[in-house]
Amino acid sequence: MKLRDTLQFSFKTITSYPTRSFLIILAMALGVAAVVILTALGDGARRYVVHEFSSIGTNLIIVLPGRAETAGNFPGATMGQTPRDLTLEDARWLGQLPQIRRYAPLNVGAAELAGASRLREVTVLGSTANFLPIRHMQLAQGSFLATGSEFSAQIVLGAKLAEEFFPDGNAVGQRVRLADRRFMVSGVLARQGETLGYNSDEIVIIPINHAQALFDTTSLFRILLEVRNRNDISSAKQAIRETLIQRHDGEDDTTVITQDAVLSTFDRILRALTLGVAGIAAISLAVAGVLVMNVMLVAVSQRTAEIGLLKAIGAPASDIRRLFLTEAAWLSLTGAIFGFILGHLGSLLIRLAYPQLPAWPPVWASLAGIVVALATGIIAGLLPAARAAQLDPVKALSGK
Amino acid sequence: MIQFSAITRIFHMGDQEIHALDHIDLEISSGEYVSIMGPSGSGKSTLLNIMGLLDKPDSGRYQLDGRDVTDLTETEQAQVRREKIGFVFQSFHLVPRLTAAENIELPLILTGISPAERKAQVEEALHAFDLSERAQHRPAELSGGQRQRVAIARATILRPTALLADEPTGNLDHRIGSEVMALLEDLHHAGTTLIVVTHDRELGSRAHRRIAMRDGQIVADEQ
Ligand SMILES: Nc1ncnc2c1ncn2[C@@H]1O[C@H](COP(=O)(O)OP(=O)(O)OP(=O)(O)O)[C@@H](O)[C@H]1O
Ligand SMILES: [Mg+2]
Repeated sequence: MKLRDTLQFSFKTITSYPTRSFLIILAMALGVAAVVILTALGDGARRYVVHEFSSIGTNLIIVLPGRAETAGNFPGATMGQTPRDLTLEDARWLGQLPQIRRYAPLNVGAAELAGASRLREVTVLGSTANFLPIRHMQLAQGSFLATGSEFSAQIVLGAKLAEEFFPDGNAVGQRVRLADRRFMVSGVLARQGETLGYNSDEIVIIPINHAQALFDTTSLFRILLEVRNRNDISSAKQAIRETLIQRHDGEDDTTVITQDAVLSTFDRILRALTLGVAGIAAISLAVAGVLVMNVMLVAVSQRTAEIGLLKAIGAPASDIRRLFLTEAAWLSLTGAIFGFILGHLGSLLIRLAYPQLPAWPPVWASLAGIVVALATGIIAGLLPAARAAQLDPVKALSGK
Repeated sequence: MIQFSAITRIFHMGDQEIHALDHIDLEISSGEYVSIMGPSGSGKSTLLNIMGLLDKPDSGRYQLDGRDVTDLTETEQAQVRREKIGFVFQSFHLVPRLTAAENIELPLILTGISPAERKAQVEEALHAFDLSERAQHRPAELSGGQRQRVAIARATILRPTALLADEPTGNLDHRIGSEVMALLEDLHHAGTTLIVVTHDRELGSRAHRRIAMRDGQIVADEQ
C-alpha cells in the first residue's frame, strides 16, 4: 500500500467517525493549547522583567554600603565594626574612572510636601543632574536639577504629584515646602507608571546636598554609575571595588551590583519557570495520549470485521498496522494544529487583556507542543495498531 | 493448481479436540468449477480458509500452482492472497463507511496501483456487474443482491486465478441467489477456478464437480 493511499484512507476513516474524532482532537488541542498559553505566560513574565530592568538601564552599576555576603575569613576585623558609609567623595572618585560615563549619588527618604494648600507625604530622592539620563527618565515640563547648582533649592515633581498639587498644569516656577524647607519647582517628570516596585509618578527629586541636610546624613543610599560601554562592565566593576577598598583603608565593605547580573539571574529563573510550566502542561498531552489509545482500542474492536476483510483481500499485517498508526497520527496532528491555533489565540487574548505583559508563545514551545502531541499520539497508537495487525483473519471475519 | 495432501486442522474447545479437517487429500485443477456441500460443522469453511491462506493447517502440505505455500510467512501469504485468491462471503463483508466504488477499489489500493488506473478499472468493474448507478451508494443503501455483486466485483478486480465463495447465496432469496450464482459461473466460463461452498442442493448440483464433506472428511467427490 502506497504512503499516499495510506494517508488518504486513514484520513477518510477519521472523517467517517466525526464524534469520536472530534473528542480526541479536542483533547489533543487543549493539551497543546495549554503548553502554548502557559509558556506564553511564563515567557511573557520573563520579557516583562527583562524589559523593566532594561528601562532602568543595562549599563548600570549600583554601589551600596555593606557587604551582601559575610566575609568569613577575618572575623575580628568586621565584627562589631559597622561598615563604612558611602560618601559623596566616594561617588566623585568613582565618577573619575575611565570606564564610567556618568554617575549619580542617591539618597532616599520620606517627607511631607506642602503647597497650593495641599499636604501629603512623598518619597524624596536626592541626586544630581545625571540621575535623569542614568535612570532613562524623561521630563514633561521645565528642567531637571541643573548641573553646578547643587545648592539651589530646586525640586522636580513626579507626574501624578504635579497634577495633584497643580491641576492647572502650571507647576513649573511654583513654590512648595518639603518638611520645613522651601523649594521652587523646576520641572515635572513624564508619566511612566510603576517600575520595579515604586511608582515614579509619586516621587520628588531634590539636589543631593539638600536631601542630605533634610535627612541629616552624610552617607549615601546608593551610587549609580553608567558604564560607557557594555563590554566594560566587568572591568568597571573591578575598578570600582579596588577604588573603594583603597578609599576605605583596605576594607572591602561595599557591594557592587551590575544590572546585568541581576537581569541574567531573573532571566534564568523565569526561563526555568517557563520550562517547568511547559512540563506541567505536557501532562495534559499525556492524558490526551491515553485517550487516543483508548479510543483506538475501541476502534480496533469495532472494526474487527473490516480488518479481517482487509487481510482476506491481501493486506499484510504491516499495512494494517500502518493504517491504524497513521490514523492515530492524523488525529494527534490535527489536534496539535488546532491546539496551536487555540494557544496563539489565547495568548493574543492575554496580550489584549494585559497589554503590559508581552505574552508571546516561544517558538520552541509551539514546536515542542506539536512534536510531543504527535509523538504521544503515535506511541498511543502503537498498541491498538499492533493488536489490529495481529488479528486472526478467520476469527475477525466470523466476528469472534 | 490446488493440491492438498493430508491437510489436518484441529481446534481445541476446552480439553476437547475438534478435527475440523481430518487428513484431507484433494486436487483441484485450474479452471474447474467445484461445489462443496455437507452438514453444518463438517469443515467446509475451514477447508476454504486454508485454500485461501487465511488459515494454516496443523499438519499436511498445501501446494498452490506448484509452489508449497504451507509455511509461508504472513507477508508472503498476504501477497499470494492478493494475487491469486478472491473471496466471496455469505455476509458480503463490505466496509460500511465506503461507497460501492470505494469497496471495489480496495484491492487495487492495497496493490499500489495509481489512482488514474484504479479509477478506470473500478469503472469497468461497476459496468460489468451492472452497478454503475450504485457507484456512490454505501452498502446500507444497497439490496442484498447488489451488495454481493459489489463483493464479487471486489473479489475479482485483480483477476485472481481462484474464486472461493463461502455460501455466497446464503443471505439471499432464491431468485437473487440464482442470479449471483450465474454471475459466478460467468466468471468461471471466463477462466477462473470457482470453488463454492453451499447448502443449496440445486445450486450445488450445477457445479461440474461436487464434493461432499462430513466430520472433516471428504465422503464423496463426483465429476
Ligand atoms: N475458531 C474455532 N474454534 C473452535 N472450533 C472451531 C473454530 N472454527 C471452526 N471450529 C469447529 O470446526 C468445525 C468445522 O467448522 P466449519 O466452520 O469449517 O464448518 P462448516 O462446514 O463451515 O459449517 P457451517 O455450514 O455451519 O458453516 C466445527 O465443529 C466448528 O465448531
Ligand atoms: Mg461455514
